[in-house]
Amino acid sequence: MNILVCISKSPDTTSKIAFTDGNTKFDENGVQYIVNPYDEWYALVRALELKEENGGNVTIITVGQAADEAVIRKALAIGADEAVRIDAQPLDGYEVAVQITNYAKENNFDLILTGKETLDFNGSQVGAMVAEGLDLPYIALASKLDLNGQTLSLEQEVSGGVQVLEVNLPAVISAAKGMAEQRIPNMRGIMAARTKPLKVVPAYATETFTAFTSFEMPPAKTACKMINPDNMDELVSLLHNEAKVI
Amino acid sequence: MATLVYINGEHAGAKASQEVVTYAKKLGGDVIVVASGNSADLAALGTYGASKVLVDANVSSADSKQVTTLVAKAVEATGATTVIFSHDLVSKAVAPRLSVRLKAALVSGAVALPEGDKIKVNVFSGKAFGFVTAKTNTRIISLLANSIQPEATGSACAVENFDSGAGSAMVKIVDRKFPEGEIPLPDAELVVSAGRGLKGPENWGMVEELAKALNAATACSRPVADIGWRPHHEHVGQTGLAIRPNLYIAIGISGAIQHLAGVNGSKTIVVINTDAEAPFFKAADYGVVGDAFEVVPKLIEAVKKFKG
Repeated sequence: MNILVCISKSPDTTSKIAFTDGNTKFDENGVQYIVNPYDEWYALVRALELKEENGGNVTIITVGQAADEAVIRKALAIGADEAVRIDAQPLDGYEVAVQITNYAKENNFDLILTGKETLDFNGSQVGAMVAEGLDLPYIALASKLDLNGQTLSLEQEVSGGVQVLEVNLPAVISAAKGMAEQRIPNMRGIMAARTKPLKVVPAYATETFTAFTSFEMPPAKTACKMINPDNMDELVSLLHNEAKVI
Repeated sequence: MATLVYINGEHAGAKASQEVVTYAKKLGGDVIVVASGNSADLAALGTYGASKVLVDANVSSADSKQVTTLVAKAVEATGATTVIFSHDLVSKAVAPRLSVRLKAALVSGAVALPEGDKIKVNVFSGKAFGFVTAKTNTRIISLLANSIQPEATGSACAVENFDSGAGSAMVKIVDRKFPEGEIPLPDAELVVSAGRGLKGPENWGMVEELAKALNAATACSRPVADIGWRPHHEHVGQTGLAIRPNLYIAIGISGAIQHLAGVNGSKTIVVINTDAEAPFFKAADYGVVGDAFEVVPKLIEAVKKFKG
């Protein structure tokens, strides 16, 4: 079973978010990049579990620059067999998707996994775009994934409940919380990652469809109004009359 | 200029569906709804601005390829230059496919109407906003829930059958489980949430009672889901669910930055915590410093009195 896991870097979850150049660029000063948690904790770990159960190969792919290789090594340390970096500095989700689609077309994968979104742009775009480019079925935000022969059984949290879906391989799936549990790389994994193959592929020619022109921070919250713990009637009254939410 | 709005027939009566039709109406021009799966609630979308609904009852919302074919066919039939989705489970699978199929820009997570050619979107898990421009003639906008108030201004509209020729589904729905009586968290307008400050899962009774009194959904912080006090689907925060309710009441949650990322789109935040220095108070609108075991029962009583 040949599995491709799409990984992206994202700013560490504790990063202070700020912008530079007249609010047109994300301020990377002091920002630590990590493997996007949805890609790492759920998609990659589930791919490794499937390989452990059924045999096969797990390749990770990222679209980024040489500086992103630290993030790739981390994913290799967790257990991926090999890595591909498409050498590009993508500007939108479509550009990323075209790179991955082209690579996947030239190499046969039974299953392509991604995280449900990245922590920075939250677009939830790339997985479905790759599926469309490859003309494959796509299931978004699967919280459980099991393989029976050539059929995937998946769970999705839908409004008010859970739905169980079945789809045949090959397919593209995005992973949400619940699909797997985070794995911490051990020393042997970290050492092994240094010598695992990391292939750099030149970028495929493409266009972009969208552009970010600027950013802004949410307006500062006005001071929190403190309520006496013995006067919950006042809180209810404020929620009704002032905030108008109940 | 026509605007097409995709509606999942199963959710035709949901507030999020009314929001996307209202949003489309406010763009100006004719608004046409294209729906997968039939529903008696579809005609009522005319009230929010749709001039007609095109429905293909044979398309399954679980099959993103079928839905994409349906919407693409409707774009062709109507000449629409803007397509609006609600940024939900089905649309997250369909809108990007449609973007590739039509070679049209996809603007995900919009929170407001366009200002000129710029569309404001949610980025960095709600910690900031970005302004995006579409570089293609046709644009697809996926709107976050609770970004616009539905406005009922018209009357019910015609619902027409529309054969998309989308073929057979590749994805099969095997089962659906809906627990009785629970308000789904992603759609909830009011949410009561609790964290480690509650000391143990046996103390959640009062959280559920407060939620019931308010007709709210329940949620929790990550540590509480990780140690198994509460189910994973209740975890809100950076790596769990991001929600945008009108009211978020946080009980015994300190307010780590990862938790705030999942809730800072809430309109009003109430924080109840014993620690006056808890960082959550900085993000709150109303704060109560006190022991949850004393404050929450009083709040339940006050809510019940208010509801009469």
